Amino acid sequence: MSVLVFVEDWNGSFKKASFEATSYAKRWANMMNTQVVAVTSNSTTSSELHAYGADHVLQITLTKTGMGIAEQLGQLCNDAQGVVIAGTALGKTIGPALAALNNGSLSTNTISLPLSINPTEVKRGAFSSKGIETIELNGSLPIISFVPNSIGIAEITGEGETNSKDITGNDLMEITEVNVASGKVALPEAEAVVSAGRGLKGPENWGMIEELADVLGAATACSKPVSDIGWRPHSEHVGQTGIQVNPNLYIAIGISGAIQHLAGVSASKTIVVVNTDSEAPFFKAADYGIVGDAFEVIPKLVDALRAFKAAS
Amino acid sequence: MPNHNPIMNILVCISHVPDTTAKINFTGDGKALDPNGVQFVINPYDEFGLTKALHLKEAHGGTITVINVGLAATEPTLRKALAIGGDKAVRINANPEDAITVAKELKNHIEANSYDLIICGQESIDYNGQQVPAMIAAMLKLPFANACVGLTINSDTALATSEIDGGHATFQAKLPMIVGGKKGLVEEKDLRIPNMRGIMSARTKPLELVEPSVNDGATKALHFEKPAPKAAVKMVDAGNVDELVRLLHEEAKAI
Ligand SMILES: Cc1cc2nc3c(=O)[nH]c(=O)nc-3n(C[C@H](O)[C@H](O)[C@H](O)COP(=O)(O)OP(=O)(O)OC[C@H]3O[C@@H](n4cnc5c(N)ncnc54)[C@H](O)[C@@H]3O)c2cc1C
Ligand SMILES: Nc1ncnc2c1ncn2[C@@H]1O[C@H](COP(=O)(O)O)[C@@H](O)[C@H]1O
Repeated sequence: MSVLVFVEDWNGSFKKASFEATSYAKRWANMMNTQVVAVTSNSTTSSELHAYGADHVLQITLTKTGMGIAEQLGQLCNDAQGVVIAGTALGKTIGPALAALNNGSLSTNTISLPLSINPTEVKRGAFSSKGIETIELNGSLPIISFVPNSIGIAEITGEGETNSKDITGNDLMEITEVNVASGKVALPEAEAVVSAGRGLKGPENWGMIEELADVLGAATACSKPVSDIGWRPHSEHVGQTGIQVNPNLYIAIGISGAIQHLAGVSASKTIVVVNTDSEAPFFKAADYGIVGDAFEVIPKLVDALRAFKAAS
Repeated sequence: MPNHNPIMNILVCISHVPDTTAKINFTGDGKALDPNGVQFVINPYDEFGLTKALHLKEAHGGTITVINVGLAATEPTLRKALAIGGDKAVRINANPEDAITVAKELKNHIEANSYDLIICGQESIDYNGQQVPAMIAAMLKLPFANACVGLTINSDTALATSEIDGGHATFQAKLPMIVGGKKGLVEEKDLRIPNMRGIMSARTKPLELVEPSVNDGATKALHFEKPAPKAAVKMVDAGNVDELVRLLHEEAKAI
């Protein structure tokens, strides 16, 4: 018996969400007195996973799409007591596909460790972070897909073994093109996000936003109207109908804080708001606020952060 | 010349959700959403999907069926989808409490009919499941493009572009396929507000009622609560960004 964790590989290395997933699986496995089997396509650095709780690493050649991978994982679930998947873009397809194929019971958008086992209960975000749902997973295969960054990582001093296996799955479709911006921090997993709205007046003013993001190692984001008018790409649109984020730090510049915007960002741990209007609703959802003109405040903030980074 | 524009039979799966501006409250016992004062709308992701279906129908001809698994209260939402341009509606008369149950109901309907394309939204903004479309695709062994922001159809082949972490991927698939769509499938400006004629004709378009056939849920909502309220905001003077840096480092431990 075991907890199976799907560990996503990004070009031969692991992102934080992979370690978080392994660490989640370990803590759940401890509750059930069982071991963790980490499934990954990574063949070079998979031993890193032991330090996060993988007792066994199973290396398989994964197919290319979520549907194919779900089919492969499904064949490994015979004696699994639970499955953990990080809620990345890929994980969001794998989780429900696996649940459908293996009669599993799935919680997506999970934001807690299991509150109990037999039956498994977890907390999950609902109503775009306006609510928290406690859900019971019944059935023999509970599957937990968690929001990256919401659980945290626990390192242990563990070791284990790596095996490989041959398992096939069908992609059902063919990938014709992949475009991934290199060197940029992907929004859903970013630990810090610098986001700007219509208050910036035009796309030509995003230089200072990118600089700020750069000093912080942050991803850039924007409000919906900013992507609707084409100042920024749709993939940066955060909020209830865009990407939902929960970084450690969310800096909102020239964004009013409409309810639909807040719904996608309010789970962020620390929120900083910079706005000329002291009545902007965003201040009510913020931890720190500056009433001021972004064009004056942001360059100064960039300088101050550079000085801070240089000194620390 | 080969026919690149065959007639398309499109199914658009619609969830009925609280309006994005709704204040969310739960019943006193915390068991469910308190619907008092909440206005329900077509799930925004599904509105993009429905509009895409209209574009495809305009280019290819065909029929758009809109479907919802829900109780009678969801009918105005289906009528609205008809007013926007759906040709017929189906309501499966079950309370959509569990994603796998909803997915099985939809799968049964899809198997009994023949669709070239099934358009879902990436996510319902009520329970934020992101589950139903991938479940249907897995059960029917159909190609599936999640977070789909672009779709072109040529004869029996689709090219679908999906958001992936940090970028985009394009897939080629044979129809029928399933998409979990979002903004980008069509643009915000393409969304259509139903006009008087649409609303009038929606009243007479067919809305078929189907009794549920599935009864084996896998999850159960036990309790709902609101997130803890934030502590009051700390204001920092615009001239003193060093203080903000200090607070972020020492107090929030965010940098
Ligand atoms: C169905 C639906 C779904 C939606 N989903 C989303 C969503 O997912 N995400 C989202 O963001 N929105 C969403 N919206 C839109 C939302 O209602 C707001 O319209 C939007 O968030 C406002 O964007 P904004 O704050 O950039 O612009 P505005 O509301 O125009 O605010 C601009 C702000 O900038 C400030 N400002 C101006 N000049 C400066 C300056 N020099 N320095 C600093 N501050 C300045 C102003 O005081 C103001 O507060 C949705 C709306 C609907 C109807
Ligand atoms: N009750 C329902 N009736 C019809 N379609 C639904 C229902 N629930 C979910 N869907 C479809 O599945 C998509 C994703 O929903 P969900 O998995 O609930 O986040 C929605 O955008 C709809 O297209």
